[in-house]
Amino acid sequence: MKIKSQEDFWAGLMFIAFGIAAIIIARDYPFGSAMRMGPGYFPTAIGGCMVFLGALITAISFKTPGVGIGPWPWRAMMLMSLAFALFAWGMEHIGFIPSLAILIAVSSLSTPHFRWKEMALEIVVMLAGSWLLFIYGLELSFPLWGSY
Amino acid sequence: MEWLQEAMPNLYLGFEVALSLKNLMYCFIGVLAGTMIGVLPGIGPLATISMLLPITFNLEPTSALIMLAGIYYGCQYGGSTTAILVKLPGESASVVTCLDGHEMAKNGRAGPALAIAAIGSFFAGTVGTLMIAQFGPPLAEMALKFGAPEYFSLMVMGLIASVVLASGGFLKALGMIFLGLLIGIVGTDVNSGMSRFAFGVPGLTDGLSFTVVAMGLFGFAEILSNLAQKAETANRDLLTQKIDHLYPTKEDLKHSAWPIVRGTALGIFFGVLPGAGPTIAAFSSYALEKKMMKGDRKALFGKGAIEGVAGPEAANNGAAQGAFIPTLALGIPGTATMALMLGALTIQGIAPGPQVMTQRPDLFWGLIASMWIGNAMLVILNLPLVGLWVRLLRVPYRLLFPAILSFMVIGVYSINNNALDVYMTILFGLIGFVFIKLKTEPAPLILAFVLGPLMEENLRRALLISRGDPTVFFTRPISAGFLIATAILLVIIALPALRKKREEVTEEPAPV
Repeated sequence: MKIKSQEDFWAGLMFIAFGIAAIIIARDYPFGSAMRMGPGYFPTAIGGCMVFLGALITAISFKTPGVGIGPWPWRAMMLMSLAFALFAWGMEHIGFIPSLAILIAVSSLSTPHFRWKEMALEIVVMLAGSWLLFIYGLELSFPLWGSY
Repeated sequence: MEWLQEAMPNLYLGFEVALSLKNLMYCFIGVLAGTMIGVLPGIGPLATISMLLPITFNLEPTSALIMLAGIYYGCQYGGSTTAILVKLPGESASVVTCLDGHEMAKNGRAGPALAIAAIGSFFAGTVGTLMIAQFGPPLAEMALKFGAPEYFSLMVMGLIASVVLASGGFLKALGMIFLGLLIGIVGTDVNSGMSRFAFGVPGLTDGLSFTVVAMGLFGFAEILSNLAQKAETANRDLLTQKIDHLYPTKEDLKHSAWPIVRGTALGIFFGVLPGAGPTIAAFSSYALEKKMMKGDRKALFGKGAIEGVAGPEAANNGAAQGAFIPTLALGIPGTATMALMLGALTIQGIAPGPQVMTQRPDLFWGLIASMWIGNAMLVILNLPLVGLWVRLLRVPYRLLFPAILSFMVIGVYSINNNALDVYMTILFGLIGFVFIKLKTEPAPLILAFVLGPLMEENLRRALLISRGDPTVFFTRPISAGFLIATAILLVIIALPALRKKREEVTEEPAPV
């Protein structure tokens, strides 16, 4: 048997995985009865529905035509995540201004079309603009440099 | 204004609230920021609203909602601008606007197309506002009589209706609903005080922040997907053209008048029904106008007929407005965008539902009045600003996306000054990108995520009252009515004729 729709096949498996995880985790919560539902009742019921639905989607994926999943943009995925994580870490350790500069620098690298000079200019413009909007205008209490 | 005070005392109160200088300013900022982000190609209303949500958090509830309404209309209009100028619709509802609107732009008539889109939207918005003022209160009164079974069945109907038009297939959309319900469970169980799906992370016991989920799924993921698609290659030729004679001719106005009226009626009708309102409304309006065309103008359709812009744009906005009726009156959002608006309400400490109207009349009517003001501002401001939006569209994507990411991450972080929220946004962003790769529409998920806790609560309460007897949902007439409507919807979805139509409608716009 050949999988015709890669995207449906994996989507189905994804739903099954989420459903099974929900059921297993919810086993730690009291189930109760239909009349007096415990905290485990609703998640278990939903998990069950998801497993059933996921199985159905996976089964159908052998028949329905699909377009495939295509390549994954690893560079953008990793650099964008890294940029966000560095910003979050930086806000608690080095302050708003360096964190934002790092965010723009790292995220700019996500695309191979970036240019160094443009990036430097954008950092300056964005720092000035966000200071004006968020710190001066909206009065968010971020430490500009250093930690709290 | 005295006549208004007598005719509609509620609406008068609303205008008093909304017309304060402070609130007018927030409405203006909202419209401006909404249009600015909405204009950017590949960013739909969901992404725009979730990105701009955090800037409203520091305001008091009335101003925050007024600003949000401004953002909502601004981004709708911004999306149409992009659709007309560069044929890159930000959302499915603007797809039809592309057809004739972009043809008009190619013929050098971008100005009139944009103007008619604004005028049509404004007309639909005005009628929609009056409809809310008229039908909101009686509907809310009815909803006050709803018990737990009615609410549960209503939510089931709303969720199923929301996937009728989901792109990528009904079963996957249904799966996303379940996943959304599941994600909504994360946090402390109200009845037992037990912490569920928190994985021992203290920050998760309060539940996942709705902004984090929305920002990840619609902001982070969409930008990632745009980067992967090489957004640099978009069709930007038209942007070098100068847009002169902005205003439509008398002839244009004559041709658009009836399409706008018909589009408005269709729009409000589809907007009130729970589900994918604006998209169905815009498509039906386009189909209707195509049928209504007579004589030699018939040949023009699809080649730059102004009717094809006027009708769908009015329908689109009418539906956007109509969707507020069930959302505000019942506290049950019909679409993912409305779920975002309700989420914002909850963040402001207001429990959405029929009681808002009586307990906070200033807020409710102020919001309604500011919807109208927001629409008016769009017409007055955006037409002269078209040049600015065109310039914004010329900025290369490699410069735009780091700026957008900055606003997003600052927004997420500012909610609780908490790094965990940012880490969770990354997680949901990556999951959201997987959804895009698997051709799975995330909009039903966010709707279910907002409704999840309410649904569980009402399900539990309903079965407690009925002593565990599930037939309670069928023996109470209103509840049974909702479930029968749901069953009819499911049958319609299964019909092959509609299925084919749905595939046509939800087909992704061809990459330009």
